[in-house]
Amino acid sequence: MSGQSTLQKSQDSSASVLMEASGITKIFGELRANDAVDLSIREGEIHALLGENGAGKSTLVKILFGSLQADGGQLFWRGQPVINRSPSEARALGIGMVFQHFSLFEALTVAENIALSFDSDAPLQDTAERARELSNTYGLPLDPYAVVGDLSVGERQRVEIIRCLMQDPALIILDEPTSVLTPQEADTLFETLFRLRDEGRSVLYISHRLEEVQRLCTRATIMRHGKVVDACDPRGETAGSLASKMVGANIGEVVQRDVKTGERKTLLQVENLKLAFNNPFAVELKNINMSVSGGEILGIAGIAGNGQGELFAALSGEELCDDAQAVQIAGQAVGQVDISGRRLIGAAFVPEERLGHGAVPTMALSDNLYLARHASDGDTLRSGGRLKIILRNAVEKLSAKVCEMMDVRKSAPNPPAGALSGGNLQKFIMGRELERNPVVLVVNQPTWGVDAGAAAHIRQSLIDLAAKGSAVVMISQDLDELFEISDRICVIADGHLSQPIRASELTREQIGLMMASSGGFSHLEAA
Amino acid sequence: MGVDVWISILISICAASTPLLLAALGELVSERAGVLNLGVEGMMIVGAVAGFATAQVTGNPYMGAVIAVFAGAAFSWLFAFLTLTLVTNQVATGLALTILGLGLSGMVGESFVGQPGIRMEAIHIPVLSDLPLVGQLVFGQDLIFYISIALVFGVSWFLFKSRAGLTLRAVGDSHVSAHALGINVIKVRYLAVLFGGACAGLAGAHLSLVYVPQWVEGMTAGRGWIALALVVFASWRPVRVLVGAYLFGAVTIAQFHVQAQGVNIPAQFLTSLPYLATILVLVLIARNRRLTMINTPSALGQSFVPDK
Repeated sequence: MSGQSTLQKSQDSSASVLMEASGITKIFGELRANDAVDLSIREGEIHALLGENGAGKSTLVKILFGSLQADGGQLFWRGQPVINRSPSEARALGIGMVFQHFSLFEALTVAENIALSFDSDAPLQDTAERARELSNTYGLPLDPYAVVGDLSVGERQRVEIIRCLMQDPALIILDEPTSVLTPQEADTLFETLFRLRDEGRSVLYISHRLEEVQRLCTRATIMRHGKVVDACDPRGETAGSLASKMVGANIGEVVQRDVKTGERKTLLQVENLKLAFNNPFAVELKNINMSVSGGEILGIAGIAGNGQGELFAALSGEELCDDAQAVQIAGQAVGQVDISGRRLIGAAFVPEERLGHGAVPTMALSDNLYLARHASDGDTLRSGGRLKIILRNAVEKLSAKVCEMMDVRKSAPNPPAGALSGGNLQKFIMGRELERNPVVLVVNQPTWGVDAGAAAHIRQSLIDLAAKGSAVVMISQDLDELFEISDRICVIADGHLSQPIRASELTREQIGLMMASSGGFSHLEAA
Repeated sequence: MGVDVWISILISICAASTPLLLAALGELVSERAGVLNLGVEGMMIVGAVAGFATAQVTGNPYMGAVIAVFAGAAFSWLFAFLTLTLVTNQVATGLALTILGLGLSGMVGESFVGQPGIRMEAIHIPVLSDLPLVGQLVFGQDLIFYISIALVFGVSWFLFKSRAGLTLRAVGDSHVSAHALGINVIKVRYLAVLFGGACAGLAGAHLSLVYVPQWVEGMTAGRGWIALALVVFASWRPVRVLVGAYLFGAVTIAQFHVQAQGVNIPAQFLTSLPYLATILVLVLIARNRRLTMINTPSALGQSFVPDK
């Protein structure tokens, strides 16, 4: 597909245009995050804004909502030119926004959170009562006096939606709303969206999930590298054709390996792992059992905040277990062994957060490499003798090798980790571990917020590692990814881990039900 | 000891506690907005010297207290400008503010050393102040004492009942979310820091105009640091700050009376009691992480730069 297909002119002009953006340009340093972007949203439609991470969707939306100011171009609201200098001006026009990373205050109650987005000084009780009524009307039950920090992710999204609806908006912008929901929760959201559309409101739906867009939207605007590259009716497209438009090239297919059957050595064994954390917002791990053998990829599905981070911490040794036998790597009981000790016997770990957990943003790639491997590769990366000086050349050479192996694209030979795009940094962090050929690899959300090209590369490298005989545990929220490369899948919900099931014997609906089974959000449906 | 002695002990506890209470309340508001101002000690002593000097020059201790409030606020404005506008590190800037305040006050106050100060007299309400037992304790103290008590409930109401207080807590919980909602994070924090400075200034004035009506270099003697500890001790709750401040005040006063009773404890140990108590309380608090984490403003100490 060529990048610059001509814009499809609107054929259906019967509905009037509610909001229009014309020639919007936004420049950050040398990056043109938005380059002469045009977008028009009609009344009573669900309009999709499609694009990969970094395509400029979020920048455009922030400009529409007044959180960012455009460097060029003009916005029109019901045909009149407008300038949104701040979110409150956008709200006054009738634009509401549901953010991707929730803009909620965890220490405050639902009603307080909602009250904060109003400019009026109405008593809190009135706000709480109105929120309760509205949430019941739209079938999204909420307790206005609950503290947000105690709510599940799905419930928090309800708070965001109700907060937005309280202002009776004509246009509702949703930024990646389903990325944190179970399939069933997503269905409830879609019903709400259809209802809003039928009330004559417009919805701008930002996503990179093609199937959802095809189900919901009648028009789609596709962005790539800050430009609008196409506008189409998603119902007339296939998922493949939409994806090609988003990516601009055909995505590399993941090559499946042969699943070898027969005797395989168990490399990672978890037995009755129980772990409570000294943190009120952490999820307690409740009696987790699993066993992963060489050559296998075990996928762990679950909605964010159900114990994935805690399980990762227990497996990696960031949190030690009381019982040494609870975690066994390559036959050794390591429950009481710290992260370096576990690395020394051949395990490797890639955490969820790239910046701050997986890498130090301000330090060079080579330094980040050394930080992760100082224990396991001390002999080759440090001089001998008493001083044990870091051998810069050796570290930088190894770092360059990792970059080459994983096709890490960077602007300088050895830039700080924070200067890399999310996908490239993730490839580097994966490569840093993979280069050691670990016998056990535990990875949490390997492709979160990574573009499709890099994601395919990362998944392929996981498959290759397993094919060499290593055991891989992949914690992920992305069902496509889990089905694509896992041999067996378990579900983590509220700190419980289900029995593993062969991926080929499992459907999305089953997984969805398992995800919600013991989560803290099912009780509200009954209310 | 007779009842009269107990009453006078209680009154001296009030006097010892009031500056701690005021400074801690101001810092609490600042921290609830997410700004950690370690310059409390510096702002207090600037207030103390400004209040004392003004009272000496004008002969009016009330004028001194007013100027102390402004001096504390002005000094905190410097902190706000550095940390909020120029986005310097809050911890380092706060420490610098304390050192600067101690030095500056020593210089300004040099000519006042040794001068007898003008005391802010206790108020006197006819009949009420002369009531037996409670008269002097409840109706016969200095004005700053009543302001400090009123502020506890004022700040409590403001933070948890008023709209502006909700906004302030929101800014301290997540400045990114607050900004996304269109709240002017920097402005809210400026106001919170200025309030903290004004309170610290008044606390200083209480020291130099009521507690020991004279000017001594470095007369805050670490009270600013105790006020900072009190905010954590109180888990960012105004009424708990009141309890904490009076607990510390009581320990301070107790050391004098224990000595007077001829109990054989080294004076140095008693003088260090409030500080030992601070350490003990901080250790005890750290043990209950749940309590601290739920009440701690999540954005405390973090700099905020809005997207342009």
